Amino acid sequence: MDKFTELTAIAAPMPTENIDTDQIIPARFLKTIQRTGLGKNAFAAQRYDADGNEKPDFVLNQEPYRHAEILITYDNLGCGSSREHAPWALLDFGIRCVIAPSFADIFFNNCFKNGILPIRLPREICDELMDDARQGANSRLTVDLERQVIVRPNGEGIPFDVDPFRRHMLLEGLDDIGQTMAHDAEITSFEHRPSRAWVPSITIGTVK
Amino acid sequence: MPVTNSPRTLFDKIWDDHVVERLEDGTCILYIDRHLVHEVTSPQAFEGLRMSGRRVRRPDATVAVADHNVPTSDRSKPIEEPQSRLQIETLEKNVAEFGVPYFPLRSASQGIVHVVGPEQGISLPGMTIVCGDSHTSTHGALGSLAFGIGTSEVEHVLATQTILQKPAKNMRVSVEGKVGPGVTAKDIMLAIIGRIGTAGGTGHVIEFAGSAIRGLDMAGRMTLCNMSIEAGARAGLVAPDETTFAYVKGRPFAPKGEAFEQACDYWRSLASDDGAYFDTEVTLAAEEIIPSVTWGTSPQNVLPIDGSVPSPSDEPDPARAAQIQRALDYMGLEAGQKIAGTPVDVVFIGSCTNSRLEDLRAAADVVRGRHVAEGVRAMIVPGSGLVKHAAEAEGLDKVFLDAGFEWREAGCSMCLGMNPDRLTPGQRCASTSNRNFEGRQGPDGRTHLCSPAMAAAAAVTGRLCDVRELVKETV
Ligand code: SF4
Repeated sequence: MDKFTELTAIAAPMPTENIDTDQIIPARFLKTIQRTGLGKNAFAAQRYDADGNEKPDFVLNQEPYRHAEILITYDNLGCGSSREHAPWALLDFGIRCVIAPSFADIFFNNCFKNGILPIRLPREICDELMDDARQGANSRLTVDLERQVIVRPNGEGIPFDVDPFRRHMLLEGLDDIGQTMAHDAEITSFEHRPSRAWVPSITIGTVK
Repeated sequence: MPVTNSPRTLFDKIWDDHVVERLEDGTCILYIDRHLVHEVTSPQAFEGLRMSGRRVRRPDATVAVADHNVPTSDRSKPIEEPQSRLQIETLEKNVAEFGVPYFPLRSASQGIVHVVGPEQGISLPGMTIVCGDSHTSTHGALGSLAFGIGTSEVEHVLATQTILQKPAKNMRVSVEGKVGPGVTAKDIMLAIIGRIGTAGGTGHVIEFAGSAIRGLDMAGRMTLCNMSIEAGARAGLVAPDETTFAYVKGRPFAPKGEAFEQACDYWRSLASDDGAYFDTEVTLAAEEIIPSVTWGTSPQNVLPIDGSVPSPSDEPDPARAAQIQRALDYMGLEAGQKIAGTPVDVVFIGSCTNSRLEDLRAAADVVRGRHVAEGVRAMIVPGSGLVKHAAEAEGLDKVFLDAGFEWREAGCSMCLGMNPDRLTPGQRCASTSNRNFEGRQGPDGRTHLCSPAMAAAAAVTGRLCDVRELVKETV
């Protein structure tokens, strides 16, 4: 996973609530067996017409937002399906940071696991950042994870909260599995607790 | 294990019994009892294991089945769509390589993962259950802590049999009283989502309680817990009780004999203690719930069947007003119109929300002696091969076929546009599934969520209508 330390980039404003993962990546594109290549179909229904031509009024089809690396939306971003294809599609498009007043739980988690930083900020602040984003190419935002602050184009700093464990993993570009495997002895001893004796095993030959 | 004397909730108890270790910042390594795997969210996880030379830690706690991509037509034919075929072949290759138990496509036990797990006794009360699918919450009906995870977490569970999580907040939704005739678990859940909204449960696990919930059979409880995710919750739960034990007893992978009795004693001890603390409490009166449908493109856009579609002009917040307008445009509805009477093109009875034997019986009760309205395509997709066989043994297939319904093989089908069963642009569908998002059932398809009985009523009248009117006629 790529490290996330500091990002200075164009932000795309999407002033909409409940942007669900079916919108971010429609089901018909989930047939891939890879993580990459989904970016061209991110937001497919809003981005392309029935003939596959770009719809000019959709923000990510406009300059400079085609090059956006930050997305700002309203409440409940990423609701719906658990598909990790949603953050994969965003990442493949180039998005590294998503900002919203609230997120759906699974999507929020999935972002971290793919090197995307999700930031929760009050709606009024999202509105201010949305206004910055609307100024276009000369109005980049800087997201500094080390200092936990977003720097607006006017120089104002907006502090944000992030879970310390998640912050550490992002800053170092670490994956969870290796970390958890270091606790193998504890996992094994848990498995042998007498109180767990009731949990049946599923033998491979019995499933058919 | 933290042993405390303060009263705990059902969620607290299951959680505490699965914490392997609590890390410094409060994140827990949580042990997983059952990992269900399907073809769409697992290929990249197995690939990750392969690349890092890792194995599946507990193949004997893992079960795979293909459901999302599979065509629901004749199973003896190969899958035509090359990408769907590749995804299923990839799953078959992966389960063989990693030694994971698998229900093959031609098996009578194949079906939607959230129907198969409980039906086989693979999912049991008191367990932690995960699957790379948000509707894993379904299994919470058994009194297990069950939630959806992303593909990175699928890989994490395959490798370590644990996940990293912080405890959720507790929410209790109590539905007290008795629902009227024609009102089902689906209507109760739509009413709950309408009340708390699609983000109402964010960060919470919802325990469903109250006399109306206790009175539901297991299929109804599964419908309820299934849609917890549509209320934004991490999971839904119903405390295990005698209804649960009677359901579990004798299932192929459930404990047997003495072991079953001992397990029941443990499961009984899991119910929330008197005085346990809930961060959020919501109460609904069962008598006030009437058959419901959704009008828009979010599950919270719900209306009682005698209601009218909202108008953007009634919404003070301009962003929200614009969203109502967009939903109306997408759905092809006028502000203020009555929802009843809206003509439908397609009726879909199926999905992990409503494809169990009890759901099919409820639909058949409405259909018996009637015929699908002209110009309507109506389909029944049982949740598993076993549900299909059981329904056929009762003659339900005949009721549906005689009435002009399609009677199909098990799978996710038209719940999401990933297999050949899809809406075409502009088609309007009464659907027993769980999501009415834009394009969910096919690009530009229009979805109205409702119960199996309501969907059946729409099929025979050709319109969204109050099933109670039809049932009255037959009495
Ligand atoms: S039936 Fe629908 S909601 Fe359920 S698992 Fe399949 S696609 Fe997901």
